[in-house]
Amino acid sequence: MTTTTTKPTELEDVPAATATDKRRVQRKELWRNRGLLLPAVIFLILLTQIPFLTTIGFSLTKWNLLYPNDRAFAGFDNYTSALTSGDLWPSIVATVLITAFSVVLALLFGLLFAMLLDRKFRGRALARTLMITPFLIMPAAAALIWKYSMFDTNIGMLNWLFRTLHLPVVSWSTEHPMMTVVIVLTWQFTPFMMLILLAGLQGQDKGILEAAQVDGAGAWRTFTWITLPHLRMYIEIGVLLGSVIILQVFDPIAILTKGTGGTKTLAYLLYERAFIGLDVGQAAAYGVVTVILTIIVATIALKSVFKVFMAGGSR
Amino acid sequence: MNSSNRSARGALVTLATWILVLVFFFPVLWMFLNGFKPESLASSVNPTFFFKPVTEGYQLAMDRGMAGYLQNSLTAAVTSTIISVLLAIPAAYALSIRRVKNVENSLSFFISTRFMPLAAIVLPLFMIFKTVGLLDNIYVLAVVYGAMNLPVTVWMMRSFLLEVPFEIIEAARVDGAGMFREIVRIVLPLVLPGVAAAALISFIFAWNEYFLALLLTSSAARTTPPFLGSFVDGRGQFLAVLSAAATIAALPVIIAGWVAQKQLVRGLSMGAIK
Repeated sequence: MTTTTTKPTELEDVPAATATDKRRVQRKELWRNRGLLLPAVIFLILLTQIPFLTTIGFSLTKWNLLYPNDRAFAGFDNYTSALTSGDLWPSIVATVLITAFSVVLALLFGLLFAMLLDRKFRGRALARTLMITPFLIMPAAAALIWKYSMFDTNIGMLNWLFRTLHLPVVSWSTEHPMMTVVIVLTWQFTPFMMLILLAGLQGQDKGILEAAQVDGAGAWRTFTWITLPHLRMYIEIGVLLGSVIILQVFDPIAILTKGTGGTKTLAYLLYERAFIGLDVGQAAAYGVVTVILTIIVATIALKSVFKVFMAGGSR
Repeated sequence: MNSSNRSARGALVTLATWILVLVFFFPVLWMFLNGFKPESLASSVNPTFFFKPVTEGYQLAMDRGMAGYLQNSLTAAVTSTIISVLLAIPAAYALSIRRVKNVENSLSFFISTRFMPLAAIVLPLFMIFKTVGLLDNIYVLAVVYGAMNLPVTVWMMRSFLLEVPFEIIEAARVDGAGMFREIVRIVLPLVLPGVAAAALISFIFAWNEYFLALLLTSSAARTTPPFLGSFVDGRGQFLAVLSAAATIAALPVIIAGWVAQKQLVRGLSMGAIK
């Protein structure tokens, strides 16, 4: 760590007569500092860590709410049956594909818009304000608006456009369920990526860009040789945070496709199994798999990003 | 390249930018417009761009009891924001100015809880709340949201606290200010914009949350997102009322986000980007 020790806790102004006295004061100080942290930590342990451990416990139990008395330790039965029943693997694939497509597309669009809105032009503030709106809009509302006013075969604007251009009408959520979900997620997360990348572009040294121009580097070369490497850290943060959020995606699935056509993400599968199928044990196993998947994705992305988080915050 | 050529190109890029931005914004605009159309116009095959606005859609949304759902959303969002901010202030203070041992460990603890999928914790919460009769209770939902937002709030607040010049705190200590005084009188006023930004982010996440709201509430404590979700089972024409309801539901967060644009990045990146 690059922490330079300014030692904020050093007790210079405490008149410590002896070494033991000083140590006692320091220990008291240490506990007081812990006391500041403890409420938050205990609150989180109670509401997230313990429930998670309980989920692991549930996942090792045979437990269907339809047969509440038939509850027993089941070992890894829920996991093996999840794999053999053919629900789990397609769901993992759906989750990963939806996340990957949405994150990459949102990143590309986000980069495009960040570059365009980094320029100075009349009304830039308004353009930026309009651009961030899709991310702010309630996800359930966004999915519904897309479902009915954009994708619908009769009243949807996309199909109106297709009809106007004499193209065949598309029944989006049944013919292209995956694309339907990805479009809405990309639309919602493009502003997210744009904001992060825009912050990166604004931190760019304008002098270097001018020097590159003087040296005769074209726009494309300047972009690939100077801007992109500079943006790397921002791209990584965007990809990490975007992936972790979209891995949990539920709202657009529940509203647009109800998990049909290969869009049954883990969150939706768990919801179906637990709250419609009432199979707590099986659903818990899906919950645990979700965590494992998140950990895999996050460690891949986090490794480099964590340094950034830490570097931004050492005193 | 001469300058008139360059400015022509600039104008072209600006034009392209505006077109792209408007295409991107169109679904929001369309939602807003449809909310003010009579149902027959909103649900028509051929779109209408110019019309005499009516509030029929809003009336119908309110008739479906939307005020109650909004009230619940507000209670959940505000209560959870208060919880997470109150817990985050001392924690962030300990992680920036006071420096507990192993700051890195504590920080990774918070970040890992932020990344914990809700799917991994919802079943036990549901079972426990069901057993003790706390399902469909808006304050219970608020407490869970408080936990959901606490890590972000801590990280974000910490990034603001790190910017407080240490000399100011030192001066306060020399003057003999106790810890409580130091936090409340010296540090908090300096990071008030940070507290506001963290509160706002926390409010946004809670207001928009759908998954937990769907599972942990059913009627009395039902919030706006599951109410909107129930439109999916609708029959007949309902685009005007849906658009009106979606507009009302989305408006508080849209306005909050517009106002706090500058702080948004910092909140979304958990304080990593300023």
